[in-house]
Formats: sequence, structure tokens, C-alpha cells
Amino acid sequence: MELTVFIIKSITILVVFALTLVIAMYSTWGERKVAGFIQDREGPNRAGWGGLLQPLADAGKMFFKEDFIPAMASKWLFIAGPSLAMLTALLASAVIPFGSTVRFNGVEVPLQGVESNIGILYVFGVVALGVYGIMVGGWASNNKFSLLGAIRAASQNISYEIAMGLSLIAVLMMSSSLSLGEIVSQQHGGNWNIFYQPLGFIIFLTCSFAECNRVPFDLPECETELVGGYHTEYGSMKLGFYLFAEYINMFISSAIISTLYFGGYNYPGMDWVYTQLTSALGTGMGHNIATLIGTAVFFGKAIFFIFFYMWVRWTIPRFRYDQLMNLGWKKLIPLAVINIILTAAGILFLRPLIDQILN
Amino acid sequence: MQLTNRSKQVSNKEMTLMERAYLPAIATGLGITIKHFFSKKVTIQYPEVKRYLGPVFRGRHILKRDADGRERCTACGLCAVACPAEAISMVAAEREKGEENLYREEKYAAVYEVNMLRCIFCGLCEEACPKQAVYLRHDEFVPVFTDRDQVIWGKDLLVEDMNNRYTREAWTKEEALALDIKRANGEPTNVTPRAVP
Repeated sequence: MELTVFIIKSITILVVFALTLVIAMYSTWGERKVAGFIQDREGPNRAGWGGLLQPLADAGKMFFKEDFIPAMASKWLFIAGPSLAMLTALLASAVIPFGSTVRFNGVEVPLQGVESNIGILYVFGVVALGVYGIMVGGWASNNKFSLLGAIRAASQNISYEIAMGLSLIAVLMMSSSLSLGEIVSQQHGGNWNIFYQPLGFIIFLTCSFAECNRVPFDLPECETELVGGYHTEYGSMKLGFYLFAEYINMFISSAIISTLYFGGYNYPGMDWVYTQLTSALGTGMGHNIATLIGTAVFFGKAIFFIFFYMWVRWTIPRFRYDQLMNLGWKKLIPLAVINIILTAAGILFLRPLIDQILN
Repeated sequence: MQLTNRSKQVSNKEMTLMERAYLPAIATGLGITIKHFFSKKVTIQYPEVKRYLGPVFRGRHILKRDADGRERCTACGLCAVACPAEAISMVAAEREKGEENLYREEKYAAVYEVNMLRCIFCGLCEEACPKQAVYLRHDEFVPVFTDRDQVIWGKDLLVEDMNNRYTREAWTKEEALALDIKRANGEPTNVTPRAVP
């Protein structure tokens, strides 16, 4: 019994790990394809069908380039930077619920690396650590532009984390749980948080753009001002890891957004599908297949948000640094506070009222 | 003075709340980009698909033969003199008895070389030639090379193949325009556009 749970958990973790890497890998392909399509071009289409082997070619190129460490750079930190960025990016996927449960030999195991009752706090903790990867790399490069980029990245991430956390509090007030699995299962039956928290969603989305250092908030690597930003001195696979970590972060935050606001693996009509499947294939097999459909829906949502990231990247120009800080501190944080107050008022006064009317 | 009817007066008025909210403008922008996402792509898949570059395009050189298949070039060197990039060099030779079916004049170019790295495809050699021997083809250009030896084109590459003669309908921009109009009207023309390097 314990062994079954252990095996299913291990498989889940390995599959989630592999899927994260594959999705991040193909995000690079997707990014170039989306960029091409938006600019009336084709994008990469030479390596493999539709350019599908392009990520492999890029990775091969990255690996075979000279692994250069500048003479005046702090050697260990220079290597630690991209490693940290990669590590923290990959850690966050552990608590995301990718599906409901799998039934095997009478054991029900949730499709989630770790079912933690503080899931979302863990995600926030790990994402906050992501600053270290950038900061350490920028510092170790011994280059003023790298350092400036790293400082920008750190201050930007810290500023937007506040608004992000505040917008999240409204969701947590509604769910009264920090567990991501719990938050998702509460959204069952079309009760998606986006319908109750549109303002919170917009704040959260904006902040996750800033957290991922994506356009329009990609000031850390603002090439017009800072050469290449915190990875100016990096080359070869170390640069590759930084870029890869960015794409992993993008996938993770897309997954978090779909978990928190778009019902995770829930989809309209899933109860009907569930009863159909279980009556046709039995409670074990039918349940598992229904779970897999839910997982596919979850990945669909996450991939849509990855597409949205790219779509925005090729639409909006970069913010100026003071505009970025003004938006973060003077607009998003007050808005998030107002959102909390509105949500609290709704929970205190509106919900009993609606309950009364319904009864 | 108004140059176009699309010019707009710059205004520095305060933005309205709607404008300051950013989001409507961002939504409009996203609408524009997604429209382009689904629009037809303008890319031409180059090595597989080649665009017709027009009848007066200056591509690679060709040394013409006359109607009897004799080389027109008489190695006068005017093309080499005219060449601003000094890309052309040649060695003249006297025509022997029995070679009358090979060379039209009594003197011919035993060696005629164009350095395609130096050539700027200006067409001055074409204009300088008194024998109508050297032309820049409108339908072929110098292909990609990987070695410097491939860049010096000798007579083996330059002299016209009698089984695949080079013809051209339009010689001036005006003629080319007339030809384009003819083509646009769907009238048949002799020269079919082709692009094979």
C-alpha cells in the first residue's frame, strides 16, 4: 500500500519534472513561432517539421560553446548564479496540483508532487528565492551593467511580490485555505475565482509578468540601457540556464494562474464526463481517465497563459524604470488593498445575503 | 503645409481615467497583434521558392555567343577598364586557322575571369562592351559559395550554353515597365521568368 503510493508519487514527480522541462524547451520554440506569426513571418521552420527540432539545435549550440568565466569574476558565485536560478525555478512545480486523484489498487493518490497545506506559501517562498539566482549572477560577473541589471531585477521582484501577495490574500480569504489542492477543488463546478476576483486577477497577472522579468517589465535585461542586463557576462549553457529558468518560471506562473483563478483541472461539464466514464469503464479506470482529461485541460490552460505571455511580449513596449516603480507601488498595491477590503465586505455582508435569498 | 492627410495635431491634454487605466489600450494592442497572428505570412521560402526579380535585374555575368555559336568576345579589355571594382581580368589570344566556328573575331579571350567577390553588379561592363558579349543575367545570380576558389568564375561558367540560351525581352526600365503591364494584363510574352542559380 505504502509502496503503491510511493511509486505513483515518484512517477508523478518525474513526469511533472520532465513535462516542465519539455514545456520550457518548447516555449522557446513557441516564443519564436509566436513572434514570427505576430510579425507576419513564419518563425523557425527548417529544423524538423515546423521547426520542432529547433530547441534541440539551440541546446546543442549552447552546450558546445566555450564555457567562459571572466578573469575578474567570482568563480563559484558565477557558476552558482545560473544554478540557483534553475533550481528555484524547478522547485516551485512540486506543489502544483496537475490533476485530481489517480486510483490504483484501491489507493487514491493526488496528481501532485507534494500535497502541502501551505502550498501557495511554499510557491511564494521559492519564487522569492529566484531573485538570488539573478542577484548572485549579476554580482559575480564583476561588471557594472550586470550589477545594475541584477539590482533592478531584485528591486522589481521585491516590489511586485508585495502587490502579488496582497492580491492573493483576497483569494485566500475566499478559500480559507493555503493548500493549492484545496483551492482548486473549491472551484469545482464553474466557481472559478476569476468570476469573483477580476481585479485581483489583473493585479496578479501584472505582477507575475514582473516576477518573470517578461516584457513589458523586462528591465533587468533592458538592452538599450544595460547591454545585456544581469547575464551580460554569461555565455554557453550558463546563459542557457538563465534563459531556460525564465521559461520555466513562465510555465510555473501560468500554472499558478490557472490553478488560482481558472479552476485548475476543472472544466465545464466535468461531472457529466465523470459519470459517463465511470459507468462505462468502472470506478477505477473511468476515474483515472477522467483525471487525465482534467490534467490535459489544466495543461491547456497553462499553455494558453504561456501564449498570452508571448502575445503581450510582442504587443507592449517596455516600461521606463520610474513608470515601473510607480505602477507597482502607487497603483497596484493600493488597488490590491482595495480589493482585499471589497472581498472582505463581500464575504461579510454579501454572502449571507445571497444565502438568505437562496434559502 | 500639409504633406499627407494623415497628420495629427499633437495634444498634451490630461489623460482621461480610461486612458490612464492602460488596460483598454492594451486590449486594443492585443487585438491588433492577434489579427496579424492569423494574417497571411509574407515570407518567401527562399532557396525553394524564388521571386521573379524583374527583367532588368543585374544578376551574374554571361559571355554571349552569336547566332552561329561563336564567342562574341574579342578581348578588347573595355569591360575590365570600365569595371569600378576591378573584378574582370582576361588574357587575349589570336584565333588560329580552323577556329572560325569558335570565335567570331580574329582575337579572342583565352582566359576571361570575373571575381564575384569584387563584382558589385553595377552593369558597367555590359554598357562598355562594343561586341555585345558580356551581359548580367536578369534571371540568375551568383550562388552561395563556401570556398574562395569558387568565387573566381572562368570561361567554363561564363560562356553561354547554346542548348540553353539566355534571352531577355526588356532592356530598359521603360521597356520593362511596358512588359510588366503586358504581363499584368495576362498577355503572353516570350521569356518565361525563371530563377535557377
